[in-house]
Amino acid sequence: MRSTWMALTLLGSALAFGAGGAVAQTPKKGGTLNFAISAETAHYDCHASDTYATLHFSSPFYSTLLRFNLAKFPEVEGDLAKSWTVAPDLMSYTFKLQEGVKFHDGTALTSEDVKATYDRLRNPPQGVVSTRKATFADIGTIETPDPLTVVFKMKAVNAAMLEHFASPWNCIYAAKDLAANPAIPRTKINGTGPFTFVEHVKGSHVSGKRNTGYFKKGLPYLDDYKGIFTLQAAAMLNALQGGQVLAEFRGISPAERDRLVAAMGDKIRIEEQSWTLNLLIAFNTEKKPFDDVRVRKALLMAIDRWGGSQGLSKISTLRSVGGVIRPGSPFATPEAELVKLPGFSKDIKKSREEAKRLLKEAGVPDLKFTLWNRNLAMPYTPAGVFLIDQWRQIGVTVEHKQSDTGTYLATMNAGNHEVAIDFSNLFMDDSSLGLAKYLSVTRAPENRSRSKDAELDKLYDDHMRERDPAKRKALIRAFEKRLFEQAYQQPLLWWHRIVPTHKVVMGWEMSPSHNLGQDLAEVWLNQ
Amino acid sequence: MTIAAPAEAAPRVPNAAMEFARRQPLGAISFVIICVMMTAGIFCEWVAPYDPLAIDFVQLLGAPSLEHWCGTDAYGRDICSRLIYGARTALVIGFTSSFVGSTLGAILGVASAYFGGRIDNWIQRVVDILLAFPIIVLALVVVAAFGRFAVAGIDVNLILAIAIPIVPRVARVVRAAALSVRVMPYVDAARAAGYSHTRIIFRHMAPNVVAPYLIMLTAFIAQAILAEASLSFLGLGVQEPTAAWGLMLSGNAADFYRQAPWMILFPGVAISLAVFAFNLFGDSLRDYLDPRFKV
Repeated sequence: MRSTWMALTLLGSALAFGAGGAVAQTPKKGGTLNFAISAETAHYDCHASDTYATLHFSSPFYSTLLRFNLAKFPEVEGDLAKSWTVAPDLMSYTFKLQEGVKFHDGTALTSEDVKATYDRLRNPPQGVVSTRKATFADIGTIETPDPLTVVFKMKAVNAAMLEHFASPWNCIYAAKDLAANPAIPRTKINGTGPFTFVEHVKGSHVSGKRNTGYFKKGLPYLDDYKGIFTLQAAAMLNALQGGQVLAEFRGISPAERDRLVAAMGDKIRIEEQSWTLNLLIAFNTEKKPFDDVRVRKALLMAIDRWGGSQGLSKISTLRSVGGVIRPGSPFATPEAELVKLPGFSKDIKKSREEAKRLLKEAGVPDLKFTLWNRNLAMPYTPAGVFLIDQWRQIGVTVEHKQSDTGTYLATMNAGNHEVAIDFSNLFMDDSSLGLAKYLSVTRAPENRSRSKDAELDKLYDDHMRERDPAKRKALIRAFEKRLFEQAYQQPLLWWHRIVPTHKVVMGWEMSPSHNLGQDLAEVWLNQ
Repeated sequence: MTIAAPAEAAPRVPNAAMEFARRQPLGAISFVIICVMMTAGIFCEWVAPYDPLAIDFVQLLGAPSLEHWCGTDAYGRDICSRLIYGARTALVIGFTSSFVGSTLGAILGVASAYFGGRIDNWIQRVVDILLAFPIIVLALVVVAAFGRFAVAGIDVNLILAIAIPIVPRVARVVRAAALSVRVMPYVDAARAAGYSHTRIIFRHMAPNVVAPYLIMLTAFIAQAILAEASLSFLGLGVQEPTAAWGLMLSGNAADFYRQAPWMILFPGVAISLAVFAFNLFGDSLRDYLDPRFKV
């Protein structure tokens, strides 16, 4: 009975709150949307990035082949693709492209541009980083029978390939730009998206104006927009409260939500959802003593995730305890199984005793190291403070080094870190995406533990080919067990997304990922 | 009959500390505050009631009580203990920055006055350029340019960032004092005796500008503490979970200060009190040492 009432209350709240924006209204054209971006990207290249800082910056300028229909998530729909067909054996995907699409420099989009983009994603040239290399490794060849048709022929079955084509990271670049300089997307923007690039003032903002030649007729609604870098949470909240920015699309903490609601009442819309995002603890296995599995395992066993989740969920966006797949999603590991894995025991006293023993056995009873972290207050700082406290309890001394996103990523990409708080930034729950980050570094450059493990790679490949859900689930469990036993890296906690938007902001859809729906094409201002 | 000569009264040796307290009561009070702060900073392991880094989510945002005198923060950490440990951070960075900055400034000021001419001109133009920047702006530039470099847990670049803006300010004041010393006959005599420049600067001129140097040193400790707190507040100083007053005012204090005002009240009071004490002590020391005020 109680749960029925709760369900009804939640439904009522959802209708009252979230549906506010969903009430059918005729979109109004015009206006400028100012929104907050709480980190500044180090470059503009979607293919090389893992952080929303790049996507919230670059998405409005680009299109993708497919995209997720957020109202029916995780259903996919066409973006540049007008239609598509999938072979019954999943070994080929044929896309028909929209006609009359032009890049911002006036060049017409053809299938050659899609081919060049996906070639760069799956097989980046020397000096170019593609963090989606592993995801698209199953593509054998890309054919372009005519300027508006592109055919992907697979080497092997990938059960989630269609969803991967809808990834927001696959910004379509112009073939001629890539031919001239494969690294050009890092510094120059030329897309087919709803907005054209106006300026990037470092430390201040990025702005775009309506692409009058956008291939989706009538879109975008906004005249222009400005993404303002608000690195300090307090500045972002003040700007939201004062109306200088109308939204922060990534997510805020529970305390920040409460402050905004108390101060702004019904002028602010708050939408909440579990998040396809987690923080990871990554040990650089190329550095001593983290090349020793006992040390890595000990450090994971010292963490009281269950207690920590209760406290951290009150002060940060961190909330759920989970394995490599988002808790609550179909392939997630149930709690009863999770507690048997290293780092997830509920008997923290016993676990820490074992951790101390392992450190002693490894010859580093009073281990000291540097923990690399981002200088984003939420939730990186609370996570760092929490971890340092947990490790102190087994006699480990940690220096906390927080730096801006650019330095932090450069340090980890170069392998100069010892231990880092990394993130697994997913845009859907499919395991082919969730597990890719843990593959050998030779296949997945975003693997910050820099581990090389043939057994994990094989389990991943086997699970990708498996179409029976039960067997696929078993392979995911085996992968997770191997990963946590080797303790290369492990999720700390999964996030909870809370997005504040002014009530005048319409047409933006909430989703479990802050990477989706950021092209702003359908966003309009009700004023 | 012999009459014993009356015993000669022993001359009264004025107790310098008592004399300072009598003539500068506010200075004496400030000195007491500084001593309390130093004691807390030096002996924080014994004085602090709790481990300043220990998280206790059960005590999250606890109001001041008998158990936690200044309440607890968003991680359930004892604020009183963090304030006590924060005194160490403030003093280490404040003293070191001020000492490094003032000493370099004094050397530069004396050398500038001693050599005169083109050297003096060049040094003073550089000083002019550096003086054009407010302390916090220059410190921000240095921190942003050099990042962090910790030695034994102390951020050397942070100390340098705060020390560099102090250098020109002290150099200018000390140069003024050294100019009057330079024309003294004993400096001419030293020159005539063939002593080296280094010997003349350090043995004959520097001791005579110690008074302005000491005054500037104490005054800039306050500025350095404030700069450290400001940089930490801006996320460029010491980092979590280190106990530091400026850091206690930033971070999640900004999120929770409405429901837990003690999170900002006590660190704010600590910073104000420390800055007030060092400033007042510096002023009182100047008045006490200035012969014009003894008349």
